[in-house]
Amino acid sequence: MDKPFAITLDPGSSRANHTGAWRTERPVYVSGLPPCNDACPAGENIQQWLYLAEEGGLAAYEAAWRQIMADNPFPAIMGRVCYRPCETACNRGQLDSAVGINSVERYLGDQAIHAGWPVFADNTPVDAAPTGKRVLVVGAGPSGLSAAYHLTRRGHSVTIKDAGSQPGGMMRYGIPKYRLPRDIMDAEIERILAMGVTLELNTTVADILAELNEAAGGHGGGGCFDAAFVAVGAHIGKRAYIPAGDSAKIMDAVSLLHQVEDGTRPMLGRRVAVYGGGNTAMDAARTARRLGAAEAVVVYRRTRDRMPAHDIEVEEALEEGVTMRWLSTVTAADAGSLTIEKMRLDETGFPQPTGEFEELSADCLLLALGQDADLAVLDGVPGVTFSGGTVDVDRDLMTGHPGIFAGGDMVPSERTVTVAVGHGKKAARAIDAWLRGTEPDAPQRPALAAYDTLNTWYYADAPAAVRPKLEAARRTGTFDEVTGGLTGSTALFEARRCMSCGNCFGCDNCYGACPDNAVIKLDAGRYEIDLDYCKGCGICAAECPCGAIAMVPEET
Amino acid sequence: MPSTRIKFYQVGSFAAGNRLLPEDLRSIQSSDARANTLTCGHRACQGCGEALGARYALDAVMRATKGKMIAVNATGCLEVFSTPFPETSWQIPWLHSLFGNAPAVGSGVATALKAMGRSDIRVVAQGGDGGTVDIGMACLSGLFERNDDVLYICYDNQAYMNTGVQRSGATPPAARTATTPAVGPEPGNAFGQGKNVPLIAMAHEIPYVATATVADLRDLEDKATRAMDFHGARYLHILVPCPLGWGSSPADTIKVARLATESGLFPVFEAEDGQVVSSARIRRQVPVTDYLRLQARYAHLFHPQERTDVIERLQASADRNIARFGLLEDQKPAHIERTRLTLAPVHDSDQRR
Amino acid sequence: MLKQIEGSRAVAEAVALCRPQVICAYPITPQTHIVEALGALVKKGELNAGFLNVESEFAAMSAVIGASAVGARTYTATASQGLLYMSEAVYNAAGLGLPVVMTVANRAIGAPINIWNDHSDSMSQRDAGWIQLYAETNQEAADLHIQAFRIAEELSNPVMVCMDGFVLTHASERVDIPGQAEADAFLPPYQPRQVLDPDDPVSIGAMVGPEAFTEVRFLAEERMRQALDLIPDVASAFERQFGRESGGLVKPYRTGDAELIIVALGSVLGTVKDTIDELREDGIRVGALGITSFRPFPVQSVRAVLAGGCRPCRVVVLERALAPGSGGIVTADVRAALAATDGSLPRTEHPIISTVVAGLGGRPITGKCLRAMLLDAKRGQLPPFSFLDLQPGLVQAELARMQANRRSGPTAENMLRDLGVTASGAAD
Repeated sequence: MDKPFAITLDPGSSRANHTGAWRTERPVYVSGLPPCNDACPAGENIQQWLYLAEEGGLAAYEAAWRQIMADNPFPAIMGRVCYRPCETACNRGQLDSAVGINSVERYLGDQAIHAGWPVFADNTPVDAAPTGKRVLVVGAGPSGLSAAYHLTRRGHSVTIKDAGSQPGGMMRYGIPKYRLPRDIMDAEIERILAMGVTLELNTTVADILAELNEAAGGHGGGGCFDAAFVAVGAHIGKRAYIPAGDSAKIMDAVSLLHQVEDGTRPMLGRRVAVYGGGNTAMDAARTARRLGAAEAVVVYRRTRDRMPAHDIEVEEALEEGVTMRWLSTVTAADAGSLTIEKMRLDETGFPQPTGEFEELSADCLLLALGQDADLAVLDGVPGVTFSGGTVDVDRDLMTGHPGIFAGGDMVPSERTVTVAVGHGKKAARAIDAWLRGTEPDAPQRPALAAYDTLNTWYYADAPAAVRPKLEAARRTGTFDEVTGGLTGSTALFEARRCMSCGNCFGCDNCYGACPDNAVIKLDAGRYEIDLDYCKGCGICAAECPCGAIAMVPEET
Repeated sequence: MPSTRIKFYQVGSFAAGNRLLPEDLRSIQSSDARANTLTCGHRACQGCGEALGARYALDAVMRATKGKMIAVNATGCLEVFSTPFPETSWQIPWLHSLFGNAPAVGSGVATALKAMGRSDIRVVAQGGDGGTVDIGMACLSGLFERNDDVLYICYDNQAYMNTGVQRSGATPPAARTATTPAVGPEPGNAFGQGKNVPLIAMAHEIPYVATATVADLRDLEDKATRAMDFHGARYLHILVPCPLGWGSSPADTIKVARLATESGLFPVFEAEDGQVVSSARIRRQVPVTDYLRLQARYAHLFHPQERTDVIERLQASADRNIARFGLLEDQKPAHIERTRLTLAPVHDSDQRR
Repeated sequence: MLKQIEGSRAVAEAVALCRPQVICAYPITPQTHIVEALGALVKKGELNAGFLNVESEFAAMSAVIGASAVGARTYTATASQGLLYMSEAVYNAAGLGLPVVMTVANRAIGAPINIWNDHSDSMSQRDAGWIQLYAETNQEAADLHIQAFRIAEELSNPVMVCMDGFVLTHASERVDIPGQAEADAFLPPYQPRQVLDPDDPVSIGAMVGPEAFTEVRFLAEERMRQALDLIPDVASAFERQFGRESGGLVKPYRTGDAELIIVALGSVLGTVKDTIDELREDGIRVGALGITSFRPFPVQSVRAVLAGGCRPCRVVVLERALAPGSGGIVTADVRAALAATDGSLPRTEHPIISTVVAGLGGRPITGKCLRAMLLDAKRGQLPPFSFLDLQPGLVQAELARMQANRRSGPTAENMLRDLGVTASGAAD
């Protein structure tokens, strides 16, 4: 068309006008730290495995599971016993309710067991070349098993020595089977062992220095290990002095749980009292009910909000009919009854005796007053120091003796399976670096993707799916698993509730919301700002649902 | 119609697209095949709501018409920032004539296409609130009355922005503009009768009328697309915040539009043949102050002291919209009833014997 | 085919022969019969066009702009107030270079409101960039429309055909309406210079700033210059096709040896020629220069006639409109044409020009008045500027009233009362 001068123009000729020159600030795509990742003691990349799971279908779930396995070898176990600090931190909780991360993790873990997914996609045993190094792991609990797993992945040869007759540590001997079915636990433990880890049960390490070779500081007794990770846990129940009559029946809760695991069914009587306010107390009370106690009452010196037991545990115990006696201490025990003293909290929140006493009928008293670590294995090792009943370690979990690392309940930490698993991973990284003579890689910690960086408008209103639970009555009669898992569709629903905080998930909002058509769509979920035209208005950053765009000043 | 067909809980219906949705369920804007009817290099201010609204609406029309469309534009911001010689950002056949005649020019284009046997090419006429509500009202009404096959789109930024933010018939009460300055005992625009062009369009009983904002892309695209299903006169009224004129942050453009709907001040609905057929429910209702505080054109309602009297009146008008259009989940819309003439009963004494 | 036909109808039939594709109609006296006739043709199916009844003249011109931009041949008609109301769009059509054809049924502009014929309406748009052709007869009115489409489309410039309201529009005369085949042969289908086409998109109507506006306007002027060549060419082609003279730039009548020439536009030329014939019989060497193309103003042709015969001659420019504060409109263009110096016309040989404003608001221009006026001119007794057939008494009375009272009342109504015609029709 022979167009009239100036009045009529060719399409798109405005592209000659580079409006990018107007900018005073520009958008940049960032990757923030999602609060779930930040909170996870095992350092899982939760946002990433949920992202993978969202695709739905077995291939997606397998990819998601493998992402979990990169950090944590026990997803099915986590899905039953982890206290899910990720969910507490989950930003979605401020919108409607937290994503059921734990439920999805359990689902994926169970799928993996059911389908027999191999640890590595190409079915190789490990993903690193053998280093020729040998590492000793003392304790086949979650921490030790996790360390063994991660060390094996890094190409090291691992031997675990455990004094008990079965692996699992507190997972087996502290957590009842109605919370953690043994077939699940065994499957995940077995999967680690099948990678080539040597497990020696019924083996106590009396002299750790004898196990280590000279380079690792051994005393030349023919030890062959280049390093050691000690994670023997804290399985010794604390005692308290309680005046008791001869026929008073007092048991230590930890021992009770151990016996039940070994197949014994101790006779506790009709009414059982549990002294203490921690998770073990809850487990003991619920186990007592399952062993036939008609009543189980927890006696605790402070109030519910100050109980160390996890909320979930308390809830489930209450649902099962366990009763709680707050602000009470046990001052004496006799056959069939206990003497309880009422307490009150002073201004500092510390319980003080009131001098008021009463009787509580109980056939048996279970003590759940905390646990101590058996530190004998490190006793006398040069450089190793202890404080407050735990062994001192540096930030890389190395004790005072180079080459000997420690983790789990025996080092100062919150005492959960997840923390222990995290220690195992961290120790493995540290040991690997130590064996190579380098520093461990510092993990990256970008800025936290807090709730106020999100634009939650774009997430549809969708409450959490809730896992089915056994009817309370049925629950207390059996050791069947109490909390069932999600189905495939509800697990997918749950995974898709993730807001992908701080990390782009390809929603195309920036591409759509730019008034200047200055966002280039590269391929699925990747974008680039067209700096020739971007005027720096900031709409893309404001409308990014997950806060993955930040505005930074333009360098003049 | 609201996009209820997507049950997807991560992002749901509200973001532009999602990698997990099949492509045909994503918005047109999320596609790299979108027409980019208004492309980059235009001279709109940073964060211009009208630039965004125009691309949203017209890309949808381009998709619906498979690229066979012609646009007629009134004088105003959109026209000026898109076609300063020697550059144009339009990628479609586009005509600008005058300020008040876009509807009439559109009628002429549609009539010519029909006479030339090319009714397959569809016509959009568009303008700002000034060119629609005020100076173009006569031509717009003529278009409606004749039911010419034109989709008219009004981009409403509630004042004559291109000439320097002067008051138009669409300027809301209490808003500051250059000709309704925030001075004196009654600062800002007066509380007049207002001029509700969507309702005027409905009074003409044209096939399709809808309101939308740039905050809800899917809704806007659905409406532009649906409008092209009809033949005859159709009207689409889109709220497009103007950071400059409204005194809002450029990054807040979509947010401000969202708050306009969530407060009830701007009802989002559709009508066919003069009857409301659907309204978009408010998801998270907010008081009008949440919306007002983001805009300097209402700053005089908060400083030096809060004008609760004015704010209450604004809230009342929002509440009235909510009731009238049924904008909250539990309310049904009160249909806009036409008054019917009823004849008085004939008395015996009136009858001739 | 010869028909005894009302002027409006003749125009409608001529326009219909041109196969317009979009016709926009807004009624205003005295154009109504044109659009009504076209409307009937369309409704009966005899004319295949889109007929748009619009809500104002502004809408009418706007709609034809849209139609023309998309490649349709378009037409509308108006007069007086309607032309003013669409003025913004009139300029717009010319500025965009769209070949719209419009009939202006010349009518006076109010206030005071007046529905009768003069040229004030089309004269008010003389700077809009449209080609303006003035018809002398109903035959010429019909013929000019057919030529107008061809001129407009070749130049990409709109054309208005001016015909005197009532005098031509409502007069029944014998008119030769061509056949469709002849018309088709003369007027091929419209090929736009620019067009809105989804397959080849362009933006039409950009904002042009200081850096290019002058050049755009220069090109508009250039189109007018091209028109000066094209208009006579088309008139010649018309004559060859249809066998009669019609159109062109100017029509000199007995000017070869004239000492006194009257310049005029439109239907008044009929009375003028009759008057000239009478005066010639009395030995007065008088002639007339009819101007058909007022825009572009045919400078060379006018010079050739007015400075071609006896020098100096007296020239009377008969104005059918008034430019208050300035005087004559056509006069100004005539003076400019004569002042164009190439040295061939010494100052002493410039014609002596008198402006006569006549026939405002439909006041009949009688032969008797013309004759008297021309004799005055011949005798050198015609003032440089005068109103033909003015009633001085009415004017004096009003001036006296205004002198005597501040609140002298509305002028038009006062004079009507003096004339014995009040608003209500009741006697005083």
